[in-house]
Amino acid sequence: MSNKKYWQSFGELNQTENFQQSAEKEFKEELLPLADMDDKGILDAKAPRRDFLKYLGFSTAAATIAASCEMPVRKAVPYVQKPDTLIPGVADYYASTYVNGGDTIAVVVKQRDGRPIKIEGNELSSITQGATNAQAQASVLDLYDNTRLRYPMQKDGKDFKEVTSFDNFDKMVGAAIAGKAIVLLTSTVNSPSTLQIISEFLAKYPSSSHVEYDAVSYSGMLLANEATYGKKAIPSYHFDNAKVIVSLGADFLGTWLSPTEFTKQYAVNRKIKGEKPEISQHIHFESMMSLTGSNADDRFTHKPSETGAIAVAILNALNGTAPSFADKKLNEGVKLAADKLKAAAGNALVVSGSNDVNVQIIVNAINEAIGANGKTINWAITSNYRKGIDADMAKLVEDMNSGAIGAVLIHGVNPAYSYSDSKKFIAGLNKAVGISFNGTMDETTEQCKYVIPSHHWLESWGDAEPKTGYISILQPIINPLFKTRAFQTSLLKWSGSVTPDYETYFKTYWAAKLVSSDNYNKALQDGVIEPTTPVVAAGATFSNVKVAEATAKIAAVKGGPIEVVLYEKISVGNGSQANNPWLQELPDPITKVTWDNYVVMSPAMAKVVLDIDVQGNQKQADAYEVTPEKPVVKVTAANGKFVELPVLIIPGIHKDVIAIAVGYGRGTEGATKEKVAEYIGRSAVGAGKNAYPLVSFDGTNLYTSVVKVEKTAATYPLAQTQVHGSNENRPVIYETSLASFIANPEAVLEEITAEKLAITAGGSTDFVNDATMYPDLMQEKPGIKWGMSIDLSTCTGCSACVVACSAENNVSVVGKLQVQRAHEMHWLRIDRYFTGDMENPDVVFQPMLCQHCDNAPCENVCPVAATNHSSEGLNQMTYNRCICTRYCANNCPYKVRRFNWLDYTGADSFADNQQPLIGVDMDESVLQMNEDLTRMVLNPDVTVRSRGVIEKCSFCVQRLQESKLNAKKAGDASLIRNVKVACAQACPTNAISFSNVNDKESDVYKIRHVEQKHRNFYVMEQLHVLPNVSYLAKIKNTERKVAAVTEEHHEEKKETGKKEEKAHA
Amino acid sequence: MSRYRKIFNKVFALLFLFALLSFNTDVFAADGEALFKANCSSCHKPDKDFTGPALQGWKSRQPDGWLYKWIAGPQKVIDSGDPYAKELFGKWKGSGVMSGFPQLPKEDVDAIMKYVDDYKPPVPGGGGATGQQPAEDNSLLFGILTLVLALIAFILLQVNSNLRKLSDEKEGIRRSEPVPVYKNKAYLMAGILVLFAVGGYYTINGAIGLGRMKNYQPEQPIYYSHQVHAGTNQISCLYCHGGAQDSKHANIPSVNVCMNCHKGIAKYEGPDKLVKEDGTAIDGTAEIKKLYAYAGWNETTKTYNPDKNGDGLPDGATPIEWVKVHNLPDHVYFNHSQHVKVGKQQCQTCHGNIQEMPEVYQFSDLSMGWCINCHRESKVDFYNKADSTGNKFYSIYEKFHKDLKSGKMDSVTVEKIGGTECQKCHY
Repeated sequence: MSNKKYWQSFGELNQTENFQQSAEKEFKEELLPLADMDDKGILDAKAPRRDFLKYLGFSTAAATIAASCEMPVRKAVPYVQKPDTLIPGVADYYASTYVNGGDTIAVVVKQRDGRPIKIEGNELSSITQGATNAQAQASVLDLYDNTRLRYPMQKDGKDFKEVTSFDNFDKMVGAAIAGKAIVLLTSTVNSPSTLQIISEFLAKYPSSSHVEYDAVSYSGMLLANEATYGKKAIPSYHFDNAKVIVSLGADFLGTWLSPTEFTKQYAVNRKIKGEKPEISQHIHFESMMSLTGSNADDRFTHKPSETGAIAVAILNALNGTAPSFADKKLNEGVKLAADKLKAAAGNALVVSGSNDVNVQIIVNAINEAIGANGKTINWAITSNYRKGIDADMAKLVEDMNSGAIGAVLIHGVNPAYSYSDSKKFIAGLNKAVGISFNGTMDETTEQCKYVIPSHHWLESWGDAEPKTGYISILQPIINPLFKTRAFQTSLLKWSGSVTPDYETYFKTYWAAKLVSSDNYNKALQDGVIEPTTPVVAAGATFSNVKVAEATAKIAAVKGGPIEVVLYEKISVGNGSQANNPWLQELPDPITKVTWDNYVVMSPAMAKVVLDIDVQGNQKQADAYEVTPEKPVVKVTAANGKFVELPVLIIPGIHKDVIAIAVGYGRGTEGATKEKVAEYIGRSAVGAGKNAYPLVSFDGTNLYTSVVKVEKTAATYPLAQTQVHGSNENRPVIYETSLASFIANPEAVLEEITAEKLAITAGGSTDFVNDATMYPDLMQEKPGIKWGMSIDLSTCTGCSACVVACSAENNVSVVGKLQVQRAHEMHWLRIDRYFTGDMENPDVVFQPMLCQHCDNAPCENVCPVAATNHSSEGLNQMTYNRCICTRYCANNCPYKVRRFNWLDYTGADSFADNQQPLIGVDMDESVLQMNEDLTRMVLNPDVTVRSRGVIEKCSFCVQRLQESKLNAKKAGDASLIRNVKVACAQACPTNAISFSNVNDKESDVYKIRHVEQKHRNFYVMEQLHVLPNVSYLAKIKNTERKVAAVTEEHHEEKKETGKKEEKAHA
Repeated sequence: MSRYRKIFNKVFALLFLFALLSFNTDVFAADGEALFKANCSSCHKPDKDFTGPALQGWKSRQPDGWLYKWIAGPQKVIDSGDPYAKELFGKWKGSGVMSGFPQLPKEDVDAIMKYVDDYKPPVPGGGGATGQQPAEDNSLLFGILTLVLALIAFILLQVNSNLRKLSDEKEGIRRSEPVPVYKNKAYLMAGILVLFAVGGYYTINGAIGLGRMKNYQPEQPIYYSHQVHAGTNQISCLYCHGGAQDSKHANIPSVNVCMNCHKGIAKYEGPDKLVKEDGTAIDGTAEIKKLYAYAGWNETTKTYNPDKNGDGLPDGATPIEWVKVHNLPDHVYFNHSQHVKVGKQQCQTCHGNIQEMPEVYQFSDLSMGWCINCHRESKVDFYNKADSTGNKFYSIYEKFHKDLKSGKMDSVTVEKIGGTECQKCHY
């Protein structure tokens, strides 16, 4: 197959020489410490034979000494009084709620011996239904963050000094704020009890006010809803009721509003069910390639300044007016969207990610026209995720600077970093008494006079009301680690309340509301309080008064030659979790870059700006792509502010648009590296640049602007995880359109089925047993055979599974330097493949993990049998046997085996062997994971691997063993039917299923043999490695040809066939 | 004929009834002991006062039926104003109120009380006779024999060469001077080979044994005798190490569990002499005093110290830092409940006769070979489809069921269900 249909990089697409070389050199030897032992032979090498012998002698001697040391005396220290409910060694699960800003996800926290170690979704919540996202999964690590503040402090010169008691602190603050105009500046607060405490506090201080501020603003939407529906609120969206979804740049599967909830809903209509399946159609307009856009059936790109015009064009097209954009494809898109919306009226939904009031007014008008109001948009239940209004914040900054504000109480926000005009904010804050409740010494807290850190959410009591009437409860899973105090308690104290603390307040508040103590206890146990009868969806009265005005304003919008989109990544988000190494090392689903932000640019623009032609010129493409060093450009916004960032060339972004992620570049301007490491954290040091300053304020809304892009002489390395493993041009993805699937369900896997039959001996159809020379190859699986199925149709690439896997299996963080060397340790990666049109490609995500092959190529090359097969179908890795030949990794066709090149965990017998590597081969962030505090997050049931061993997905064997034990204790084999492994449990779309496939009642058995048998395939099945992970082919609901190259290829084949016939004739 | 048959039938019926009854009484006795050990023995002894009063003679103290009420709910009886109950409570205040056993049916109570009545204390020293003979170790004998034989052979060789030398001289044959023993290459080579073999054997065994701690017997902060508690006083292992049936860890009991009994037992008056491994005598009462210090218990007032520092514990209470005896490497996953609850293994299988150990030592070497051996030999509680016995979980092992039926297999060992595979213990 010369014409590849799925590709991960330009090099792979063009099959350049350099690409092939680098694919062959899987381990990137030139980057290893042994690089100087080159072809010249050992004697001429820089490290000659004597040195080699010295090392040999030393290591033998050292190993002998280390091994012969006396056994340490270990202590076993039981409780003085053991709590009745706790059995050491048995995990408990408590319901709580992940809150960060306005983000709210009902969760269940696994607590082992008093320590929270894993977050799972709470299935009792009707909003998220057990789903989580990467940020919630990773938030357990934030609890053990060493940069968390340990006690209340006050400013002392440039630094801070401890305030020894809360009473002293209260007295000082009481004196400092008395009689002043106070502003309480918080993130969106959706906790009913907290809101009540705030109103009590405001009542106590008459000249005080409460301002809610969101780093990434939804102000435009709130104001538009006020203008059209008379409600400054956000309704509930029902993607599960929508047959047609049109999104105007709303990344609702990744970062928009409540992505976890929407992903769950979205998946309902994306699942292929029955013989004649029906799935929703998703049409996406956007400027850069977002996670949601990459999942769309049809996707169209445009400049950000055209968003409004597109909305207006769709509205007009619904009334029959044809769109008239210069870009023909855009016209087609608008027409397609309007047609589909019209056809599905009442079951359609339009959403927009724009922060422009006018755009949102038009979107509301469209939704009104297609009858979404009251159907897919529910005004009976409003969402409380975001409430901040840009103008309020702007006014506050003005007031602070004019000296009208006496004191600012800050909780959960960091405007000194995330506000567009942060300098002005800082100047204003310094004119008032700043009091911060933030948990770390962030940019804003640094400017405050008093600091009284609040608890982490895992240490807190509390409640949240993500949607009106739907309560989610927080309960502490661990005693506060440090001398922190709930910010509500502080407000209570300072408003002279008789209630001593928030815990008491919370209990009284809910005891009164829930009447009986049984109800209260049930609420704590369930973690959610929801209406007993579901609220009937209802609309709101629409007023079109403002539509004409909005249309006029949109018509007046002028774009520039190059425009910028600022976006949030699914990992680092708005930057509040920047010191979370799990999130920093999580590859972006589209660009696959870790640890940094960058300028995303189309190949077309790169040709103009950088003079690099990645498509036409192979040499230039290689020079750009094969090294991690990328050229840096200077991006200057219309407001005069600029950032210098490396360029990442990727298809799918509009040719006149660049995109930059916010949330990076933490740290006060001009601060030294050491200071940033101390205040913000070691993982945030050097991670990208701050893009928030590129935002401007136009009087009502924050917006991103027209920019100038200039090439600089500098380069900067980006750590990208693709392409680190190559599948050597073998097809790994199968995809088709809905229409052709319905027409002939078997066509999608025709090619591979034929290939399998061709290599099966003697006309047999039994590929498993007859496509091999070795009889009885299949080991018996007498009782259990574990198997996984992954649905490519519903995998959105959200990466919650990747973080869940790292948390569950103690997967090491390796740092940016090591990722550059392809040494990342993730057991589960999500491969991103482009296909089709070069300018606007389709994307397929494929979660790739150890396939647990029954005829595993890795097993028979291991000289010490460190990897072998179990009678339950697991490909077992035994770390203590491994002698690091890495033959297995070499022989694995899926490239899922990861090698511990360095001592990432500090688990070696020798102390301090990491220190000399820091800055050379290893990043500081690796050490961050080795601190005593951070190590509390480790799963005690999983070995921490040391240097020199291979590791890979174990199918969460600790969970399998635990479930088997429970089933044996209960004498009930059905308990192991569908075991929840970490990735499957975290998956918000249930794309991953895991079962004992020997059980005919199990999910995976049914998927493979009954429900989805036409879509079921194994990756590289023709190698006869017999994997235990199966995939389901992707179905796109589009009229375009999916994976067009195959079709052409087929046609070519037919033509050549004809020619041969002719020749014969 | 028919008359005889009738008599025969009657006699037979009587005999049968008698047999049934006697059988039943046997069941009573057996059950009684088990029930007593499971429910009562942590606080009561049949013949002596313990945490609670001695039980023998119960019949004489109160009318029939009182005991059932008391056992079902002691607090209720006290609250009802029963004078004897009040008296009892007053006398045993230090131990707290006995916990109720409403779940025990009358028959079980009867069985327990029958066991109590029939109980006779074991004759001291009586158990010694059944002690195992030390296994005869003949290797030393063989070693000495080998040495002696080797010496004789050597002497004979020397004698032989000397004789030959003499005979040669006599016959006038001139031979070169024989090489002395210490220069003889054959001897030297043999010596080196022997050294190599012996040295290699010990080096390899030593290397394998690195980190193995069989017979490890550390000194503990309190001289705690399992012999006294689990042996003489028959306290169930699970009373203190309850985690063994629920958790991966058996768990060392917290101090409050010790105090459940030791609130009432302040003096050591048991029959066993307490001696350390080196022979020094131990004062049991002094050791109990150490426990009180850890627990923050005031012996004179028989109350816990007040909690003035607000940490939720009596002032002065500190956890006991026991020295861990059984250590597994970090890369081994071992789950107690798997073995105790599912595998139904006795504690003694791995820990040895712990009830006879004054101070605990590591009985097994806890090596992988030792684990694997047991997994190869132990049979699982396999489900028997015919009579529905065994653990129903194993009903999914279809193939084994077939093989068992056809006689290909006679039993299912742990190994057969994958118990010797790497990732059963290492992950």
